[in-house]
Amino acid sequence: MRSERLKAAILPMSLLIILEAWARSVDIHSDALAPPSAVVLALFQAFGDGSILAATRDTLASAFAGLVVGGAIGLFFGIALGIFQPLDRLMEVTIESLRPIPSIALLPIALIALGFGYRMEIVIVAFACVWPILILSRAAVRSIEPRLIEVSRALRLSPSDRVRKIIIPAALPRIFLAFRLAAGIALIVAVTVEIAINPIGLGAGIMIAQQALRPDLMLAYLLWIGLIGYALNAGLLAAQQHLFGPAALAGEVR
Amino acid sequence: MTSIALRKDIPSAELEKSQIAFSHVTLDLGGKTIIENVSLDVKPGEFLCIIGASGCGKTTALRLAAGLYQPTSGHVSFDGEPMRAPRRDVAIVFQDYGKALLPWRTAAGNVALALETIGMPKAQRPARIDELLKKVGLPNHAAKYPAEMSGGMQQRLQIARCLAQEPKALLMDEPFGALDAMTRQGLQDEVLSLLDASKATVIFVTHDLEEAIYLGDRVVGLLPHPGRIGIDLPINLPRPRDQLTTRENPEFLRLRRELFDFIKASEA
Repeated sequence: MRSERLKAAILPMSLLIILEAWARSVDIHSDALAPPSAVVLALFQAFGDGSILAATRDTLASAFAGLVVGGAIGLFFGIALGIFQPLDRLMEVTIESLRPIPSIALLPIALIALGFGYRMEIVIVAFACVWPILILSRAAVRSIEPRLIEVSRALRLSPSDRVRKIIIPAALPRIFLAFRLAAGIALIVAVTVEIAINPIGLGAGIMIAQQALRPDLMLAYLLWIGLIGYALNAGLLAAQQHLFGPAALAGEVR
Repeated sequence: MTSIALRKDIPSAELEKSQIAFSHVTLDLGGKTIIENVSLDVKPGEFLCIIGASGCGKTTALRLAAGLYQPTSGHVSFDGEPMRAPRRDVAIVFQDYGKALLPWRTAAGNVALALETIGMPKAQRPARIDELLKKVGLPNHAAKYPAEMSGGMQQRLQIARCLAQEPKALLMDEPFGALDAMTRQGLQDEVLSLLDASKATVIFVTHDLEEAIYLGDRVVGLLPHPGRIGIDLPINLPRPRDQLTTRENPEFLRLRRELFDFIKASEA
């Protein structure tokens, strides 16, 4: 296992070494590239003066708030539309005409309505997060074992108990998967909004580094965003396995 | 209707009224008549078995009795009241126990679901759960998830959840159909002794003729396409029943022959 990982690391490591050697040998003066050593150094400096930490806080706060707001809306409508088929048919045209709008295309409107800052970014992230969660939680509710719904009817569960005790727990593993996907989308959209227009966070950090002709710092931000995305996904994946291990097992045995 | 060999001593006045009554019940589903003009009275405490060739509407009849379906014409009543929706004092044991249990709840949690719905205070639940799991022979499995239990254990758990409703009537839809012969015989005897104690009325759907005779006070056979009553036999075998002596009783063999001929004729 360990040797497998080492083998997998050989290719990227040798590419980095080659890049480093090449960059030093030709003494590049590029606005887009920098030797890996300079990128790492710039990353440490950015940590040293705290600028990257503040930017990380801004980006993650916006992405997380957008995820929570969009997720809550998506979850509510996803469950409601999954339960009430007539409502779903009624809303279908509305949803299918809103869903294809790229969230970034709302940027000009959101900017006029809300100005620069957290609020505008949160709204755009939320818009992007609503759809995957709505679609996936609707599908999750629809695919609940019909026998379980019958059990809840036979026991005469109240509508709220039916949702709380049967529908949400039964759909939860797939709803969590939807949140994991949406979390990735939230980070991407937040950084995109910052690069495009919003002067806060990691995306704005990249733009400032670019305009200051600091490719090392720009790539350092890029590296850091990659690490955050990786850690976010790994953390959520671990949580998913920890939370739904027994339930996932039950699904397979059945 | 002929006299019925009841397994319990129920006051004769009780016998006058029926607990579950079908009166000229017809059910159409998707333009097809599934059940046609079925009239049936089930007395309190009676153990009624429904048999029939596959596709004759046995399960549909049970779902009508449960209030999960409403008849197209005629009506179903329970204790004299029309059955318009499922009732908490009528419990249903589904055949596919694996799908009817909540996989994210432990055995104790699954029983608790029924106790929560009848509004039992939280403090009283653990003792009642222990009692019920003990009753169905799962005293040491309270913390297990359904996926960690065998098919027989899962079906016992579903029965425990149904008993937790303290039902006046238990509707069982081929509950042992998916189990192996040994497990099935063990559960047949357990169900008989459990129900002897609870005095609940039972409608038990099965495709196993011997099971029907072994368990029932009365066996009703349905004819297919559309489902209607073809035979209604009282079972006058002594109780308590025994897997060996009851099944060797000449009366048992005669009834088996009669039902076998009925099924054969209904399929022809």
